[in-house]
Amino acid sequence: MAKNLIEELDLSKFAEEVSAAYPSKVAKKRTKSIVINDPDSIPQIQANVRTIPGIITQRGCTYAGCKGVVLGPTRDIVNITHGPIGCGYYSWLTRRNQTRADKPEMDNFIPYAFSTDMQDSNIVFGGEEKLKQAIREAHELFHPKGIAIFSTCPVGLIGDDVHRVARQMKEELPGVNIFGFSCEGYRGVSQSAGHHIANNGLYKNLIGNNDNYVRKNKYAINVLGEYNIGGDAFVIDELFKKIGVDIIATMSGNSTLEQFETAHNADFSLVMCHRSINYVAEMLETSFGIPWAKANFIGAEATAKTLRKVGQYFGDQELKDRIEVVIAEEMEAVKVAAEKAKTKTTGKTVMMFVGGSRAHHYQELFNELGMETLVAGYEFGHRDDYEGRRVMPSIKIDADSRNIEEITVVPDPTRFKPRKSEEELAYLKEAFDIEFNEYKGMMTDMKKGTLVIDDLSHFEMEKLIEMYKPDVFCAGIKEKYVVQKMGIPMKQLHNYDSGGPYAAFAGAINFYKDIEMIACSSIFKQMKAPWEREEFVTAEYVFN
Amino acid sequence: MRKIAIYGKGGIGKSTTTQNTVAGLAEMGKKVMVVGCDPKADSTRLLLHGLAQKTVLDTLRDEGEDIDLDDVMKPGFSGTSCVESGGPEPGVGCAGRGIITSINLLEQLGAYDAEKALDYVFYDVLGDVVCGGFAMPIRDGKAEEVYIVVSGEMMAMYAANNICKSIAKFGKVGTVRLGGLICNSRKVDNEANMIEEFARQLGTQMIHFVPRENMVQHAEINRKTVIDHAPDHAQANEYRSLAKKINDNSMFVIPQPLEMSALEELLVGFGIMN
Repeated sequence: MAKNLIEELDLSKFAEEVSAAYPSKVAKKRTKSIVINDPDSIPQIQANVRTIPGIITQRGCTYAGCKGVVLGPTRDIVNITHGPIGCGYYSWLTRRNQTRADKPEMDNFIPYAFSTDMQDSNIVFGGEEKLKQAIREAHELFHPKGIAIFSTCPVGLIGDDVHRVARQMKEELPGVNIFGFSCEGYRGVSQSAGHHIANNGLYKNLIGNNDNYVRKNKYAINVLGEYNIGGDAFVIDELFKKIGVDIIATMSGNSTLEQFETAHNADFSLVMCHRSINYVAEMLETSFGIPWAKANFIGAEATAKTLRKVGQYFGDQELKDRIEVVIAEEMEAVKVAAEKAKTKTTGKTVMMFVGGSRAHHYQELFNELGMETLVAGYEFGHRDDYEGRRVMPSIKIDADSRNIEEITVVPDPTRFKPRKSEEELAYLKEAFDIEFNEYKGMMTDMKKGTLVIDDLSHFEMEKLIEMYKPDVFCAGIKEKYVVQKMGIPMKQLHNYDSGGPYAAFAGAINFYKDIEMIACSSIFKQMKAPWEREEFVTAEYVFN
Repeated sequence: MRKIAIYGKGGIGKSTTTQNTVAGLAEMGKKVMVVGCDPKADSTRLLLHGLAQKTVLDTLRDEGEDIDLDDVMKPGFSGTSCVESGGPEPGVGCAGRGIITSINLLEQLGAYDAEKALDYVFYDVLGDVVCGGFAMPIRDGKAEEVYIVVSGEMMAMYAANNICKSIAKFGKVGTVRLGGLICNSRKVDNEANMIEEFARQLGTQMIHFVPRENMVQHAEINRKTVIDHAPDHAQANEYRSLAKKINDNSMFVIPQPLEMSALEELLVGFGIMN
């Protein structure tokens, strides 16, 4: 039935339809980012290129990617925004990345917004002195272990050197790790550039600083690209406690400076959001010999698969058994919840446009609900996130990508230790189909005939809804109310509205309930604007 | 009140020409204010007999927003009023933004108010129009007349042409017009004819040809304008003449900047080849 639905809808009409409304140059460029999928012969999609001026984009800026996404969720580093107050203020607590200090006396700076609040005179005379003052103040008030500085657009324009300030302040305040990021908003085509800059900074300033990690369990891993939106990382932490595997570092949901500094002591890295953290995953591999594999905790089946992957990786029967026990235990409640929800959700359709991995991950959960993903796309993904890492050598490096510093990563002279030999890795791939240092991309998992759109424009969004009327639309806050006003239930997959967690087994149950509730509610269809539901009042002029 | 901006390539003699011209106007009984828009703050040295001026931005930095006009405006030669906008130390911050800030501040403080009964405001702007801030005097009608100091040297003409592009851009939407080119002679071959032709092609005039004269140097060493230092010297009369021509000027145009090739042809035709 589902296959027929996709055929019936004929999503290939879409590109033609939107092109008709665009000027020919725009149409030419946009249609390269709108492709009909074929998992057997994955077509090329245009991604990570500049948004066309005049188009309403979903994208954010480089600063948002660096400060907001990657470093923001950390709890004991003071993150100072060097710039006018707006950048700091609007990136404060907006992502619902939660934190919970292990003990009450531990630092937790998430509730604070730190900014240098640059004024006109700081632009004219330079803001370095004010930045130093801000660092001193933060140090006096909070005595943090680490202070990070994030550059906003004006900082780059006037040439304040945040790295020099960081070095000077490090000398002035011994024992405090102070480092800067040149993540000016304009530096890339989207927030994706900020992720890369953040990854470079993590590697240069934090990773590898501390060899003293005391294990609680025999095995230890990192969970990369998990930002604890709505408490997702808490659920994952809980799960790994149950199966008895240490998570040394979660990057970066609810993380600490110590977690970053000790991450290189792990045996294995699981990568959730490939786009935002694959650079660190690679660096840990190259520098310390820690292999990584793509993982997914969104969806109960996906979670089970990921856990089994961990068991297979370590090849320890006892661990494998514990994992099976946990999966069996958890799946009971999941099945009950899924069956209940599925009676209502099966056959419904969904479209989603989020992130650089989320639009892929959440298809798992919707599959479990018997729902069909008709159209999906990323805001800031690259071709490898769509087509798989195999295309990376063929991705053209353009001027925008050259704006981002390339750092050279070499094996650590003393600490590089391959956790698995080539033979062991080959065996794991052969026996269990574990792909190391690989991501196959979203398109392999999407059906033939589905539509994939990169950097969806607002016009295209309205057109999609108009033409194909999905039962649920997933995106972010900028899209939310427009979609709802069109009578379509909308779920934010950036901040989960006020819901979550949605990760792992417990999260899947939450998600089933929430989606069942919104997808099967008729309230949005009942909703009419006043001019649609009320009769027009008509009148005539009494005199001419 | 006439609002005049002087532009031109760095080192061409803008500040010297401006101050000498202002001295000429002051001598005629005109009330003139000079606003130096160069972070080096050396645009009023000859009128003040030395670098006696604390800049607007320095004052702003040291004393905060609570400033009196007298803190930043000093009386100079023959009743002129002198202001230096100033700027950050080299290589730091944004000098362009500094000029915007300081001109706005002068307006707030009432430097341009009717009771000041100014006949002229002169903005002496640094070098080329390198960014938005340095175009400030010709944006928003802060200056309405522009004179470009130029010589027969290639780079000076190139800079003048660039400045014309900026005037053409702002002139279309605003009130700024080009009043003419002032040729500050470098004793280049055929200089006056070439600049006259250059001016004609831009759609403007060469308002005056200031000959090269050592007396200007002498006066500068004495921290004075020529009119102040050697009022009877022929060079003083040149500046008086320039002042009078500006005072009587009625030719204000939106210039038509030249293509690079036309500019080169001009040089070939008049200068280098002969």
